[in-house]
Amino acid sequence: MDLNLSAYDRSILAGEHGPAAQLAMNIVMRMAQVYGAEELLDISGAHIDSTIYIGEAGLEFAERLAGLGARVVVPTTLNVSGLDEHGWQDWAVPPDWAEKAHRQMLAYQGMGCIPTWTCAPYQTEWKPSFGQQIAWGESNAIVFANSVLGARTERYPDLLDICCAITGRVPAVGLHLTKNRAGQLLIRLVDIPLELQQEDIFYPVLGHLVGKIAQDNIPVIAGLTAQPSEDQLKALGAAAASSGAVALFHIVGVTPEAPSLGVAFQDRQPERTIDIHLPMLRQALQELSSTDRDTLHMVILGSPHFSLAEFRQLAPLLEGKHVHPDVQFLVTSSRAMALLAKQAGCLQALEDFGGKVTVDTCILASPMLPPSVGMLMTNSAKYAYYAPGMLNTQVAFGSLEDCVRSAVAGRVIRETSRWDAY
Amino acid sequence: MGRVLIGKPVVPGEAQGLVVASGEPLSFWGGYDYHSGEIIDRRHPLSGQRVAGCILALPFTRGSSTTTAVLLEAVKAGTAPAAILTTLVDTFFALASIVADEMYQSPIPLVALDELDFSCLHSGMRATVTPDGLVTLLEPESASVIVQGK
Repeated sequence: MDLNLSAYDRSILAGEHGPAAQLAMNIVMRMAQVYGAEELLDISGAHIDSTIYIGEAGLEFAERLAGLGARVVVPTTLNVSGLDEHGWQDWAVPPDWAEKAHRQMLAYQGMGCIPTWTCAPYQTEWKPSFGQQIAWGESNAIVFANSVLGARTERYPDLLDICCAITGRVPAVGLHLTKNRAGQLLIRLVDIPLELQQEDIFYPVLGHLVGKIAQDNIPVIAGLTAQPSEDQLKALGAAAASSGAVALFHIVGVTPEAPSLGVAFQDRQPERTIDIHLPMLRQALQELSSTDRDTLHMVILGSPHFSLAEFRQLAPLLEGKHVHPDVQFLVTSSRAMALLAKQAGCLQALEDFGGKVTVDTCILASPMLPPSVGMLMTNSAKYAYYAPGMLNTQVAFGSLEDCVRSAVAGRVIRETSRWDAY
Repeated sequence: MGRVLIGKPVVPGEAQGLVVASGEPLSFWGGYDYHSGEIIDRRHPLSGQRVAGCILALPFTRGSSTTTAVLLEAVKAGTAPAAILTTLVDTFFALASIVADEMYQSPIPLVALDELDFSCLHSGMRATVTPDGLVTLLEPESASVIVQGK
């Protein structure tokens, strides 16, 4: 099927909207042909993952677009960048690297994007609405927007997201279209105790397992009897988008396109049915730790970026305690969320505890950790999944409470009895 | 001549080289070091392999949408695979290749194969890729299987 371009699309391609839009449309059009799209459709929002400084080529791309006068035509939020713009000097970021990462930040800001610098744009005022067509990058943001909000985005890779924001057009394919949003796999939770389902740590572990099972398919999770919070769904999605290529999941009775099993599958039959029992979850829990050693250098929280609710949850756990002198305690968040947390009085407890907050970035996007940090502990499945390969560190995975307890003790302590059979 | 696999040219181009193959998908963000061309996802069967200039066969990319940016850096740094063979049309790889073409006139040839043909690929074979999507496997009888995905 050939790609039918609108008069507007053709005018951009002809250069009538400037050379930056022309370059961006050229890339969108070629990608539309790869996707097998018949047409392009309008979007009303974008989230740009290309902000992360990876190297010279990405910077060159951003500066070329900016230099050609690129402007985004829809409200466009920015993902984490390569550095905490005002706090990177406190860390091990090399100055020449920081200079380049900062140039990349300025290039995207100069195109008219909103400097949110967060991987959790769905927890900002630019959160998209149900049914809204958007072009989002960042795997955890994509899966949250599609699954929890019912907005519609494909998995936009770096570099394409900004081209869509500049043209306001995307290939009409994939998860933009209703027919492609039906569940494909049925994942049933069998005999999973309600007490466990109510624990925060259940969700990243379930997500890790669901991602491994589903890969790039759309899973429908049935049998969840607890009502998960927004942050629990965020943890589930981030985990599933790390261990698999999950861009959309449905949870029957929880997510907006799954009021029932039949609706979630759009009355089609599941391609496969997989039952999840407690031992499979226990195995997934173990996989998220790369070591059994109890040495600890840093507790790291906030991938995806910590929300106000998470700051509120953390503060009372820290009251009257102090981090062990050999351990660092770091929370990664957005500048807006950190400000809200400060105004809500949640940061004082963290400061008194001896902890720190880094904004705009995270330990995976910025070379901020000194080499002496070799052993991390986290409650984030995404940090746990990526840190060993990207940072060459060992990771212990545990609950938020485990992380605090371990930070105080100076060694990894984990409470695992909740995973035992009841 | 060895066996010829007929694929779909996602981004057409010519390449030849040593095949490095796995049935396990990979995220290039956290999985590929563009400075060296080494696969660094320690959970991946190809962990530790250097694939610059090789014909890399992976079913599709997994996880982070930053895979594209890493592959573009690899093109600029000269550490990219000579070609990439997949089962699905992988849009992350395709974009990196298209942007490499727009920026540096240096696209990475990409071919999507059906699963049966993909399963014929083993590390250690040599292969050529042509713009029409044909993948020719050379010396298939003597190829030693170094790493094969699950």
